[in-house]
Amino acid sequence: MEFVIELVISVLIVIGGLFTLIGSFGLVKLPNLLMRLHAPTKATTVGVGSILIASMLFFWMERGTFTIHELLITVFLFLTAPITANLIGKAYLLRHVDPHDDLPHTGEAEGWATFDSRDPEEQPKDPGKLPQDEKSNDLN
Amino acid sequence: MMLKRYLPHPLLSVALIVIWVMLANEISVGTVVFAVILAVIIPLISQSFWPGRPKVGNFWAICEYGLIVLWDILVANVVVAGLVLFRKADSLEPASVTVPLELTSPEAITALAGTITMTPGTVTVDLSRDARSLLVHCLHAPDPQAVVDDIKSRYERRLKEIFE
Repeated sequence: MEFVIELVISVLIVIGGLFTLIGSFGLVKLPNLLMRLHAPTKATTVGVGSILIASMLFFWMERGTFTIHELLITVFLFLTAPITANLIGKAYLLRHVDPHDDLPHTGEAEGWATFDSRDPEEQPKDPGKLPQDEKSNDLN
Repeated sequence: MMLKRYLPHPLLSVALIVIWVMLANEISVGTVVFAVILAVIIPLISQSFWPGRPKVGNFWAICEYGLIVLWDILVANVVVAGLVLFRKADSLEPASVTVPLELTSPEAITALAGTITMTPGTVTVDLSRDARSLLVHCLHAPDPQAVVDDIKSRYERRLKEIFE
């Protein structure tokens, strides 16, 4: 029985390590930021998830203490990871993407929130000179 | 009404008690009392950030949603791991798609956006200014419309039942 539990724990840790490794590998391999953004979401879900399950099993079965902290870590990760990804994505849109050429239309009258501050006509076509450069001056 | 004034968000208070006891990892009088104190003070302090009271639907619908999302995360993880390992980077077909929203409550839209990001292969990048569509980036989507239909039928429909 002891052996089976140890086996399960080791398998879970190896799976977690593998997915984390693949996530990091994706970070190196994928060509642009929006695609790279997909890699860490993988590492934080199955990768961290199975390591945390392994940790719970270990303390429960081997040490006899039941800890619930791992569940909380999962909950906090699930709450924070999408927001980080969203902010990184928005920053990338702002700096490097032309909303007219590279993004699909919203299908509504209004544009995407990242580019919302002015009329479509006023958006400069040159992606290197997005209106946000001017906006940052407004903040000063 | 007294209760409403001192406990503006009963669900938040319950969640705070549960989380505090879980953090302390023991159920004793001390932790529970402190949890209750926190559960009263924190909603009062943060009240102005949560003016509305989101309606949360039945418990089983939430459980069902959670299980479906967990399962999808597992499946999608394996699929995306395969894409990262075995596909050449330039043979992937990334796509940005617009997902028109039927959801209106901010909490529901946040939950949907979070779900989309946590299931590997799709990341929510932006929201339209009038909050009626989401910009979703897909790592590999030969058929972008299928991704949109999937999100709408699998997640949005259920969130609509939970929140509205």
